[in-house]
Amino acid sequence: MSSFFSKWSWKMAWRDARSNKKRLFVYISAIIIGVAAQVAITSFRDSLNNTINNQSKELLGADLEIETEQAPPDTLTAYFDTLGGEQATITEFPSMVLFPKTGNTRLSNIRALKGNFPFYGKLETIPAEAANNFQSDSTALVDQSLMTQFDIEVGDSIKVGQMTFAISGAITKVPGEAAAAAMIGPRVFIPASVLDSTNLIQSGSRIEYKQYFKFTDNRSMSPIETRIDSMEDGLGIDIDYETVEERREEIGEAVGNLGKFLNLVGFIALLLGGIGVASSIHVYINQKISTASVLRCFGASSNQTMSIFLIQAVVLGFIGALTGTILGIGIQYFLPGLVSDFLPVNVELTVSWLSIGLGLFTGTGVALVFALLPLLALRKASPLYALRTMTDSITSLLSNKTKVTIYVAVALTVMGYATLLTESWKVGGLFTAGMIVAFGLLLLVAKALMKLVRRFFPSHWQYVWRQGLANLYRPHNQTATLMLSLGLGMLLVSTLYFSQDMLMEELEFASRDDAPNLIFFDIQPDQNEGINQILRDNEAPILQNVPMVTMRLDSLRGRSTQAIDQDTANNVHDWALQREYRSTYRDSLTDSETLLKGEWIGTNPDTGRVPVSAAQEIARDLNLEVGDSLAFDVQGVPISAYVASVREVDFQRVQPNFFMLFPTGVLEPAPQIYVTVTRAPSEEVSATIQQAVVQEYPNVSAIDVSRILETINQFIDKISFAIQFMALFSIITGLIVLASSVATSRFQRIKESVLLRTLGASKKQIIKILSVEYLFLGILSALTGLILSVGATWLLGYFYFDITFTPNIWVIVIGTLVVTGLTILIGMFNSRSVYKKTPLEVLRSETI
Amino acid sequence: MDSNPILEVTNLTQKFRSGDRTLTVLDHVDFSVDEGTICSIVGPSGSGKTTLIGLCAGLDRPTSGAVTLNGIDLGPLNEDERAEVRNQHVGFVFQTFQLVPTLTALENVMVPLELRGMKSAEVRHDAEELLDNVGLSDRLDHYPAQLSGGEQQRVAIARAFINKPNILFADEPTGNLDAETGKTIEQLLFDLNKASGTTLVLVTHDLSLAEQCQRIIRLKNGKIFKDEWVENPEVENIK
Repeated sequence: MSSFFSKWSWKMAWRDARSNKKRLFVYISAIIIGVAAQVAITSFRDSLNNTINNQSKELLGADLEIETEQAPPDTLTAYFDTLGGEQATITEFPSMVLFPKTGNTRLSNIRALKGNFPFYGKLETIPAEAANNFQSDSTALVDQSLMTQFDIEVGDSIKVGQMTFAISGAITKVPGEAAAAAMIGPRVFIPASVLDSTNLIQSGSRIEYKQYFKFTDNRSMSPIETRIDSMEDGLGIDIDYETVEERREEIGEAVGNLGKFLNLVGFIALLLGGIGVASSIHVYINQKISTASVLRCFGASSNQTMSIFLIQAVVLGFIGALTGTILGIGIQYFLPGLVSDFLPVNVELTVSWLSIGLGLFTGTGVALVFALLPLLALRKASPLYALRTMTDSITSLLSNKTKVTIYVAVALTVMGYATLLTESWKVGGLFTAGMIVAFGLLLLVAKALMKLVRRFFPSHWQYVWRQGLANLYRPHNQTATLMLSLGLGMLLVSTLYFSQDMLMEELEFASRDDAPNLIFFDIQPDQNEGINQILRDNEAPILQNVPMVTMRLDSLRGRSTQAIDQDTANNVHDWALQREYRSTYRDSLTDSETLLKGEWIGTNPDTGRVPVSAAQEIARDLNLEVGDSLAFDVQGVPISAYVASVREVDFQRVQPNFFMLFPTGVLEPAPQIYVTVTRAPSEEVSATIQQAVVQEYPNVSAIDVSRILETINQFIDKISFAIQFMALFSIITGLIVLASSVATSRFQRIKESVLLRTLGASKKQIIKILSVEYLFLGILSALTGLILSVGATWLLGYFYFDITFTPNIWVIVIGTLVVTGLTILIGMFNSRSVYKKTPLEVLRSETI
Repeated sequence: MDSNPILEVTNLTQKFRSGDRTLTVLDHVDFSVDEGTICSIVGPSGSGKTTLIGLCAGLDRPTSGAVTLNGIDLGPLNEDERAEVRNQHVGFVFQTFQLVPTLTALENVMVPLELRGMKSAEVRHDAEELLDNVGLSDRLDHYPAQLSGGEQQRVAIARAFINKPNILFADEPTGNLDAETGKTIEQLLFDLNKASGTTLVLVTHDLSLAEQCQRIIRLKNGKIFKDEWVENPEVENIK
């Protein structure tokens, strides 16, 4: 260690570095990009967390929110009164809206507001005063994106249920909500005073009643929480509450997950940088063996010689890390633009000292860790190499045990850091394991390739082709390094691309010619025939017209759901116990259902227990077996049932599907609503049908499948843009690594090329030989990366998305062409001195 | 004859394993060199000359036998301790010059003394003087690649003498040079040697160079085949 701090080592490190500036810059550039990605993300994450902490009250807009799914009973409203403070009420439900000016309709999220909500933060509108005045003016506020979409302006009108409102403002921001929320359910605010006149509050409607509180006395929330819990039990209804703290945690967690994911993507860029460091320092140190040996001859100790290059690695790593950190802080300012639509707050960007420290530390650390192998090997370089040239790679001096120790140390460092980033050992471990597998496979392919080329060498090929091909396996080849760096970059980027492609393809099937494209729900029984008539008038087929009855699960195998819920050792999922079931009844299965177990009974046998069929997903989550008894509460009426069968349901079909299917002869008298599925032959017809339905039956909601697909498309586009932006760092680092490995092995190639030129090879031949080598390297690493990514995407599809993935052959062809082209271009650019200068000039300049 | 040996080689054997075969490169070699002697080791390619000089300078460990340099037995010393011995007592001139390509001529010459912990300012004067002695006072800041072969070897010779070594090992010092430049380098080496009174061990296959020394040790197949003293009035004078 003392050698590291000795003045001589530092002086020698500087002397050695000053004539290698260009090469060393390549060495650090990979680090710069990797660190920049890391710092940008961690710094942004920190800023975001700070903002969330600073604006935590704005996230909820109040100190407390209490939510029920039915109008709060008197006891509850009486309790609200005792709580005091300032209060506001929002009645929120989905409904169709119609813009009379253009005739457009859209399923929207209606919020009827009473009071001064939000108490914290601002409901932002254009013009700004609209947010304050709409309640007194009896006007409506509409999401700006919806207005833009349909070309609606302030002053135009909107029809919500039976009421037509003038639009007084465009909503640009609702506290605590991301802009992307508007894509799913555009928000429309109306005054609560006119809610009844819309005539939309009917039985079966899904309505949320939200009561907001502002307390000025800083009171503790826990007594309120306890009281509400006990009222929930007493009243037998769901009462949810949310405090500022809970909302902050919830959003913090969601943001944290996004940050962790992006962090890992950034870390991959840094790892690629590490490979760049490893490959360039390996070649660099290999060329320093004779220098080190000469110094040893004149009395330098092994630590002193190693220190010279260790200092270079550390200092350059630090310079790279510092530059990367500064760049990363700059890049941070671009990130909000990428993800702002998904964030519930406007991020206040701050400089995060933690991320700066982390960037400097990891950048230097990665440079050091990845340089360890050749540096330690240099200690073993005998002074004898001053007399005899060493032909093997420097790392051959290390024992297998030392090498394995270093590899394990590197893997542990990677895992430790990934764990630090994701705050989970499991994710860190899986990430590292995935990386090791990817590395292993790429390396394996590289080795197999070298062996194959050697074994089946096309000896009848033209000389330049043979020479170029032979470069793949000859000593000092770049095959393994390039396969690793390019292949890994390719693997990452194309897996991202393929996954996106796979998801989009899966969605597109829903817009096939024969697939349903329009769904109406919340149809009251007396409206059902009217809607069917509208469909018939427009020649749209009624593909399904099913009744739906809402119910809750009361008991399971004789035990009340409440008791099961409180039993911590239960083996059922809470959501399945507590959810509201929307079930239908019929006498047969549809073509999207397949019987798996038990017997399908289509008509209730009137034995006192109703034979129901459970979808396999719900059977799994409730741990149901055929024969298990169930009790349902159908809007106050108890129904005793048992599981007669378990069936497989294709939930991806655009049609209503049901967890619990009842036979005919039980639910007919129950309050019910209808769902109707149709296929409109064109967009115009679809619009006409929707307008007619909204005009006549304003409470009925319509889902326009093509619009949903459009929304999902936009959503995925935005998310994937953010991800691709981060993946871009990996691509840039990959290219730098490519450039650096080409540059570091350049001396070897140059010596050979000069020799060939001396022996009479023309410039053209030299260029051809080099291009052939880079051509093969490019094609093979791109193909390997792509093939592995096809495998990775297939696995993702199979295990995670439940989709069978078929790769797009054009992506593979174009991807391979682009990467190969780049490889040749960079390779040739770096070797330009070989064919531009005379052999002697090259030899003289390259020996420095 | 002076009976104060600076280099003693006893029963030195060096074997290398090459696959299943064991190759004996040096086979029980014994000799000693007295202080101030100019001695050459000659022999055909593959006779073990370079291996022998490497072992003598402590650059490698023998399979068996011992080397004592300036009264220090190199056997028990580790790599770094042997490096210390070289720094204090040994100078080197290589066939391929072996200048550090990233250091200037002056810096290359200063390295051995800097390694002792001396400051650049302290050694700069000596280094400049030595480079002046070898005729390179105007090339101090040139990098090796900017120098001709002969000039590079002159820098190497200056470097070899900077630490005032007790013994100087030269491995084919003119092997990579043309005849005329070779002659100049030989002369320079002998002149500087004369001035400093250093013991010189020269490995060469050039008999005319060997014959300018006082003693010629001939190696063949890893053994000393002949060890003779030469009547060499010019060298006697040097001594």
